[in-house]
Amino acid sequence: MIKLFFVLAYLILSPLIGGLLDGADRILSARMQRRKGPGILQPFYDLRKLFSKEMIAVNNVQLLLNLSYLVILVIAGSMLFAGEDLLMVLFILSTADMFLIMSASSDSSPYANMGASREMLQMMAYEPMTLLIAVGFYLTTGSFHVSDIIAADHSAIIWMPGLLVGFLFTSAIKFRKSPFDLSTSHHAHQEMVKGITTEMSGITLAIMNIAEYYEMVLLYGIFFLFFVNSTWWSWIIALIACAVIFFLEVLWDNVSARVKWKTLLYSCWSVTLVAGGVNILILMLDK
Amino acid sequence: MKKVSKSPWLLHYDASSCNGCDIEVLDCLTPRYDIERFGIINTGDPFQADILLITGGVNSQTESVVQQLYSQMPDPKVVIAVGICACTGGVFKECYNIKGGIDTVIPVDVYVPGCAARPEAIIDGVLEGLKVLDEKQAEMEKQKGGKRNG
Amino acid sequence: MSMIPFLIGFPVLLAAILFLIRKEDLRGYMVYAGAGVIMLITVIFIMQWIFDGSETWMLYPSTELPDHLIAAGDIFLMGLILYMSLKYKRPLPAILSIVQTVLMLYVESTAKIAEGPHIMVDWFTILMCIIIAFIGGFICIYTVGYMKGYHNNHTDVRDRQPFFFAMLFLFLGAMFGLVFSQSLIWMYFFWEVTSVISFLMIGYTKTEEAINNSFNALWMNLLGGLGFAVAIAWMCLVNGTAQLQDVLTAGSEIPLICLALAGLTKSAQLPFSTWLLGAMVAPTPSSALLHSATMVKAGVYLLLRISPALEGNTTGMIVSSIGGFTFIAASMMAIAQNDGKKVLAFSTISNLGLIVGCAGIGVEETVWAAIFLVIFHSVSKSMLFQSVGAAENTLHSRDIEDMHGLIIRVPKLAYIMGIGIAGMYLAPFGMLISKWVALKAFVDSGNFILVLFIAYGSATTMFYWTKWLAKLLCYHIPRDTVKDVTLKDEYVSMFFHAAVMLLLCLFLPLVASWLVNPIVQELFGNATSVLSMSVLTTMAIMLVSIFIVPVVMFFISRSSHRDLVPIYMNGINKGDNRYFVNSFGEDEHLYLSNWYLRFEFGRRHLRIPSIILAAAVLIVGFCIVIGGAI
Repeated sequence: MIKLFFVLAYLILSPLIGGLLDGADRILSARMQRRKGPGILQPFYDLRKLFSKEMIAVNNVQLLLNLSYLVILVIAGSMLFAGEDLLMVLFILSTADMFLIMSASSDSSPYANMGASREMLQMMAYEPMTLLIAVGFYLTTGSFHVSDIIAADHSAIIWMPGLLVGFLFTSAIKFRKSPFDLSTSHHAHQEMVKGITTEMSGITLAIMNIAEYYEMVLLYGIFFLFFVNSTWWSWIIALIACAVIFFLEVLWDNVSARVKWKTLLYSCWSVTLVAGGVNILILMLDK
Repeated sequence: MKKVSKSPWLLHYDASSCNGCDIEVLDCLTPRYDIERFGIINTGDPFQADILLITGGVNSQTESVVQQLYSQMPDPKVVIAVGICACTGGVFKECYNIKGGIDTVIPVDVYVPGCAARPEAIIDGVLEGLKVLDEKQAEMEKQKGGKRNG
Repeated sequence: MSMIPFLIGFPVLLAAILFLIRKEDLRGYMVYAGAGVIMLITVIFIMQWIFDGSETWMLYPSTELPDHLIAAGDIFLMGLILYMSLKYKRPLPAILSIVQTVLMLYVESTAKIAEGPHIMVDWFTILMCIIIAFIGGFICIYTVGYMKGYHNNHTDVRDRQPFFFAMLFLFLGAMFGLVFSQSLIWMYFFWEVTSVISFLMIGYTKTEEAINNSFNALWMNLLGGLGFAVAIAWMCLVNGTAQLQDVLTAGSEIPLICLALAGLTKSAQLPFSTWLLGAMVAPTPSSALLHSATMVKAGVYLLLRISPALEGNTTGMIVSSIGGFTFIAASMMAIAQNDGKKVLAFSTISNLGLIVGCAGIGVEETVWAAIFLVIFHSVSKSMLFQSVGAAENTLHSRDIEDMHGLIIRVPKLAYIMGIGIAGMYLAPFGMLISKWVALKAFVDSGNFILVLFIAYGSATTMFYWTKWLAKLLCYHIPRDTVKDVTLKDEYVSMFFHAAVMLLLCLFLPLVASWLVNPIVQELFGNATSVLSMSVLTTMAIMLVSIFIVPVVMFFISRSSHRDLVPIYMNGINKGDNRYFVNSFGEDEHLYLSNWYLRFEFGRRHLRIPSIILAAAVLIVGFCIVIGGAI
């Protein structure tokens, strides 16, 4: 019953929370740049506008592929909030991303294709870390299941600080934050137009944005898992921790410049190896 | 009521400008003028843009480009000509390669004169354009409704 | 029971007949009939076995005549290898062949070998039979159509089709023999037969490259054969038995590591992976056969058979590290390839690496995952090779770059290829479930390096498959219209594979409980269900949802016609998305290329170091094991 509640909450609230976070992000960024910035509801205005625009497209499949991206992402998120297997969630998450890549490359557009290629590279960069995180949770709590992880006696963060650092580093890719916003950026301009979303307009783009909100909530859900344990107050700590992480990501976004793909790949893989790998090694030896 | 004017995204194209107006357009994005507070984003992509903002007069090379960019924008959309060259061709009007203002190629909704146009004028023009945008949206919806009823 | 000799003998007989038939039509009918009979008999045989209580059969305890025949066969093979080596002046295969055959004959004539069953039938054998009969059979059917197109395209290659078909069926016969054998001596014979046939098939075109590659394949496989022979000699002389099962309980690691060497060479693991890459010069059906149903699976089959004995010892550690290392190294090298068949070859090596890694750990979970991998890999790899072959005949190229927008140009092939690729890596298809279980098992067994290998390896695997899939699905107005020259025979086979793939995914829980769990139970003697049924069912449901998406897409994209606008090319799109205007005002062709990261992941950089590393691991392992035994 409680599982159903969580899944429903995820399904209904995620676009709201995601949108608000996005709005807050834009205000925070504006303030960091000494600007006023838009209102916190701006992402919702954007969505509303996108839904009202004329339907134009460069081919007939892009909208559907984007929809599949959304649906599969939502499945992954629902599984996380239903307390299912974390490893499975992460696998499905990358499958969802695949559909986004398909969608972008379906149009044969030079910019969208470059964006898709970079997106693939980004996937390759963050994938090892996500798998190691699942392994880390398995080693600390003895289960891949989210329902078991949140019922643990101690927060997982005690055992896996390295993995948290690594995930903080690589999740900038998933949040599409600078310096790792190679495939497309939340900011207006990019060296290759809008990258992976170049050919998306109106509803297609709106779906993509909503999917991003679901993904954002999913990722904060994983961050949440690092801090939560069987006590009630750990939930509050976890929420605060997520807020801090949110702020850090925005800060990092504003103080760093976009890197080249090589730097992205090598730095992510090295951080994964050093922070994640060493953490896992210690956990394995400890067992 | 869906209001497109709450979130107008903007595509900036330089048809043959001397870059004076372009600098002023970019100036609008800086902390001093900060057009993002109106929800305006300077996107580089016609598929996602609502406002086509053009500087400079149209010449024989940029004519087809302007037309294509305009065709790639989904309705409702407005065109804003920024600077005197974009409005009429300006001092280049009689040049052998200049066709004239933007309105010789695509319909223009708002003219912002000036050489170079001041940021305040540009913002003013864009906000004027937003009203046109809303009108166009209302009209579009009426047509859609008409189609549905008829 | 008489069906077992029939299953081994019938393909051989058919091979002899096909060798003599010169008329193309008649040969086609013969192949259809032959493949049909093999499949039918396999089904009847399996039914019979299941109705008999599906217990392990141990057959033919004393066999005088076949033993002599097999000894004679060994000598014949040695003669053949000697002849070929002399003809092309390659001493190495000849030496290897003489050494191992003499060793075998010496052992057989001197050692007292306890009588034991020569043939065994259990669930694992049944699984292999299904793979050989159905995937192998359909590859033969595919070949009927493919070879016509092949010789139309390659007029410079002499038409030796009778020989090629004979080899295909001979291969099936040898594989049946291999999986039925319980006696190591019998198994060794069939093992050598597959080595020699693959050598002959690789050299089909008789170009210099083909001959070089075929000899490369031959010596590597003969090296494995030598390992096999040494293992048999040790077992016969020390333990006085030549039973595969007794190797598990022999207590000594020397026969184990020798058999493991044989398995590693056959399954093309590093440092022996070059032979499989070289095998690409042969016509596609032979690649499909070598990669999916037969050759490499023989190596994996042997490793999985001995895997219960590998748990926690040096041999197991070496096998699993070489497997894991091959998994990541081959998948990295696959990124830099643009030749479709090369990518497939690297991915075969890489996936087999994962299977070998699982076998080397040697616990129930990993073997469970490995068997799933074997099943899925066979189906999807066979399908992929066939579709790439068909695309090559149609497009006159097997470059992935030339497959841009295949979904518009040759939709049927693109869909088949897409299903094959999805089956290889997408969640929640079968490959992935094994990766999942394997990861869990690696963590449980405390193997840190393998955990890292699988984490990084799955990322690189994802990269090279995704970019291929993305290339196929480009909705692009084709530069030139191509005529699909794929024949019906080829489509029959490919559609069969695609259907099997979908059904396998759909009935994943049933496959697990009816086929894979019994195999694990037999190998380890106890039954623990690795994944709970609810998990598997969830996966099946997930899968349906993922399949529905493209199907719906297919129909909707046909029916709906929205206003299509040209793609964004900075306003200089010529209008049909194919050309743009360059700075001279001229039309320029738009060309989109994938990323190959040649300077980072190129074979040139990675091949030699990885071979050296793997060889070093292998040699050190041998030293430790032999040193430990002495």
